[in-house]
Amino acid sequence: MKMLTLTEARLLAREPLALFWGLAFPMALLAVMGVSAGRVDGVSLVTIYEPIVIAFVSVVFGIQGLPVQVAAYRERRILRRLATTPAGPARVVGAQLIVSLIVVLAATAGVLAVGRLGFGVPLPRQPVGFALVVVLAATATLALGLLIGALAPTARSAGAAGTVLFFPLMYFAGLWTPQMSETTRHIGQYTPLGAAAQALRDSMAGGWPHPAAIAVLGGCTLACAAAATRFFRWD
Amino acid sequence: MTAIAVEGLTKRYGAKVAVDDVSFTVAEGEIFGLLGRNGAGKSTTVDCLAGLRVPDQGRIRVAGLDPRRDRQRLRHVLGVQLQESQLPDKLTVAEAMRLYASFYRHPEDTERLLAQLDLTEKRNTRYRKLSGGQKQRLSVALALIGRPRVAILDELTTGLDPVARRDTWQLVDDIRNQGVTIMLITHFMEEAERLCDRVAIMHDGRVAALGTPAALGRPTLEDAFVALTSWRKP
Repeated sequence: MKMLTLTEARLLAREPLALFWGLAFPMALLAVMGVSAGRVDGVSLVTIYEPIVIAFVSVVFGIQGLPVQVAAYRERRILRRLATTPAGPARVVGAQLIVSLIVVLAATAGVLAVGRLGFGVPLPRQPVGFALVVVLAATATLALGLLIGALAPTARSAGAAGTVLFFPLMYFAGLWTPQMSETTRHIGQYTPLGAAAQALRDSMAGGWPHPAAIAVLGGCTLACAAAATRFFRWD
Repeated sequence: MTAIAVEGLTKRYGAKVAVDDVSFTVAEGEIFGLLGRNGAGKSTTVDCLAGLRVPDQGRIRVAGLDPRRDRQRLRHVLGVQLQESQLPDKLTVAEAMRLYASFYRHPEDTERLLAQLDLTEKRNTRYRKLSGGQKQRLSVALALIGRPRVAILDELTTGLDPVARRDTWQLVDDIRNQGVTIMLITHFMEEAERLCDRVAIMHDGRVAALGTPAALGRPTLEDAFVALTSWRKP
């Protein structure tokens, strides 16, 4: 398992595009918001965007990265080949989940550092609640990504499904319209990324994340993981 | 000693019978060829032997183990080279070897195996950059890294140039001389004649003929193969 995880980490390190979108781009996006020094209703853009960018990181690795990886491993018969070894195919998927989770946490730390050191955005005032939400947002998106990877017959279709899902998911997180109408915000609360962005915002400001948001993220994690396990095709 | 025993193996996909009451045995240390046209049921047979598919009927033993019930133990003693199975593009030869070696309790020395398969110079080359023959040799190396007692090699030499094919034949012979029982799935009659102690020719999910290449091949194995497999069921 250790060797598989190291191998997956090494392979990810060789994918400059994935690292750009997942690690460099979120930090750069936040820095642009910071440099523009815009304010909305007296709140700086960089403060508004920090939780959204952190939610974005989960989506990049969970919805866009993982499904393509899993589907490609199936398509190239790597899972099938592993099924004939004592390791079995499930562990390589487990290794991908571990590596994705670690990179999401690293990218989140990077975004917090850019906000804090570059633009004086305070670190989360409710760190325990914040950490909980970051982990739950990551597990929710990774479980959803695993479900896409389980169902998509090819890497191409997995990539397409991930891209199609990216827009509504990130819309409700507020990537394009951070100031959402009451109705949109209300609907968004029940989507994983809408719930994640709101809970991240609350815990950064010092409050505990709303139980409903925790329930949405936890429910999404469990439901998608169960469905992915049920429908997973190894070949 | 019997390395592989198959008795009355049957596998259906819906209404289609892919493998129909197939029986054969492979002795320890033998090179056994499984021949047949595309769709004859060779790959399904291999899948059942490797525990990748559950037979509808029949009894299978590989190195004395039931592929379903003793699945985990079988994985330690059976090395499989699968048709069209690839590796991640950016994984190097040495990394793939080390990774697969980590799956087994007593793996073969990776450097020695690389040298045996003439891959030492390519040890730091990424999978994507390997030629067809090098990829094929690497997949053989990965099938052997766990020191298997039985190795199944599926379309080992498809896509290789004549020189690479001859080298691979030599390799298969070497592996057998190390005491490994080999089941070879191939389309090349010359290969079967040259390497196999015995062959089974499959047609329409059944064993159409079984014996030594010399006994079956009149005047050549290819003639016998064509005669046995070109008819269609009415």
